[in-house]
Amino acid sequence: MMSSVLIFLTSGLFLGWSLGSNDAANVWGTAVGTRMVKFKTAALVCSIFVIAGAVISGSGASHTIGKLGSISALAGAFTVALAAALSVYWMTKAALPVSTSQAIVGAIIGWNLFSGTAVDVPALVKIVGTWVFSPILTAVFAVILYHLVANGFRRIKIHLLRFDSYTRLLLIAAGAFGSYSLGANNIANVMGVFIESTGDVFTDISFGSFAVLTGVQQLFLLGGISIAVGVFTYSKKVMFTVGSDIYKLSPLAAFIVVVSSSIVLFLFASQSLKDLLVAYNLPSFPLVPVSSSQSIVGGVIGVGLARGGRNLNLKVLGRISFGWVATPVIAAVVSFVTLFIVQNVFAQTVF
Amino acid sequence: MNLFFQKARAIEADIDKFLDNILTVAMIFEQGIKDYYNGKFDQFEDRGTEVRRLERESDELRRRIKYTLYKELLIPDARGDVLGLIENLDNVIDRAHHVMLQFSIEKPIIREIFKEDFFELAETASKCTQELVAASRAFFRDINHVANYLTKVHHWEHEADIIEERIKRKAFADDTPIDKFSLRVHIRYFAERISQLADDAESVAERLEVYTIKRSI
Repeated sequence: MMSSVLIFLTSGLFLGWSLGSNDAANVWGTAVGTRMVKFKTAALVCSIFVIAGAVISGSGASHTIGKLGSISALAGAFTVALAAALSVYWMTKAALPVSTSQAIVGAIIGWNLFSGTAVDVPALVKIVGTWVFSPILTAVFAVILYHLVANGFRRIKIHLLRFDSYTRLLLIAAGAFGSYSLGANNIANVMGVFIESTGDVFTDISFGSFAVLTGVQQLFLLGGISIAVGVFTYSKKVMFTVGSDIYKLSPLAAFIVVVSSSIVLFLFASQSLKDLLVAYNLPSFPLVPVSSSQSIVGGVIGVGLARGGRNLNLKVLGRISFGWVATPVIAAVVSFVTLFIVQNVFAQTVF
Repeated sequence: MNLFFQKARAIEADIDKFLDNILTVAMIFEQGIKDYYNGKFDQFEDRGTEVRRLERESDELRRRIKYTLYKELLIPDARGDVLGLIENLDNVIDRAHHVMLQFSIEKPIIREIFKEDFFELAETASKCTQELVAASRAFFRDINHVANYLTKVHHWEHEADIIEERIKRKAFADDTPIDKFSLRVHIRYFAERISQLADDAESVAERLEVYTIKRSI
């Protein structure tokens, strides 16, 4: 039973690997690309915090994904994750902007259509609204943070060399926070579709009276490890591309962008933060997996606006908007076709 | 954590020492020129020797700063600018040393009517260099004040140009009691050389202006 479950989980683990190899670069790209932080340090810190984020705070966003489509058949969950992974792979190859979060939602809708399950429209609206809102919110945080940092920067009088050392520490701290948020928010993309179908397989493991690792947390631990493997095996090249070719941020601007994006990812992932905001009658945010790439772009735009709006590339905004529509549609089509093949060629129960 | 800042502290100390050397050279240069025109040649030679020592020490510091910045991968985004600044500042020390050496070798004839003009020129060139050192220190520690010091560098360089022109006009004026044309040329030559120290300081200041803009977030 366990071995067949693991085989079916491979598509999710593959999705996790691709998330680790691509999205870790959003958090660590500038720090590593500009050689402020060594890749080995970045990969180690990233792996630890991605796994921690996934296991500790990963359930919130996964719950929303679950509401969109409760895939009870393991083969169905495997196919949906595979369809999302294939969509991400093909769109990346075709140089189209793609996000794992949008691909998995599209793939689930494909499953809904295939299985004849009604799409939970309020949940879908909530998710799509969050995609549009998250880069905007990151941009707002980046503008605020830019002014705070720039103001502080004007006041402090420490030597450039010592400032460099502090910046390195800040980048590692921001990277750790970013990795935790990435794990917490995006584990839903990797393992969210498997929660329903593997409920009986992973049982709670208790460590005396100290702690309990629930079945879902074990699933997220596996997903987190696959993300970490992606970070170690394939993200180095992507980090150097992001750090030196695309954004060209100063290390301090990178810190602002990463922190802003991490706050947004965390806001859309943490159940305890949501409870805290609700308790104080503050506006809370739906727990939804969002695209870390688009959030980062929002942060870069925010820093650009704070600087006076120079050198803003509006084409980037167009590409993001294209991704909101194209990715789920492509993933839904791929999912529908793949489910058809798995059901009719491989004779598997997919719903 | 302490180890993390140790390398930064060591290189900070080297940069501070390097800037101290330029400041000292600027002051010795001024005193040296005054000693020469006051006829205190032994003192002038001693000051020349001291400038030579500081120039060598600064070369060593420059090499060490460069090596450490690259070896330890420090300040990756500003490394090129810092090295550019250090190398150009080193040229200012070289210039001061070179001018004093020319005085020592060519021994220009001292004329009372030019004495005050050369005092003023040496003082102005020295002030220009001292303000450049202050601007460089601000670049490392207090970026908001770089512009103030750079304005002073430009001011003193302009003053040096005015004094240089005044000396040249005086040297070639019909009523100046110098018979030989070559001697007039010699006076012009030394006025230009001393003023060159301020010119060099200003060209470093122009680079520093760009580096400062680049250091904004």
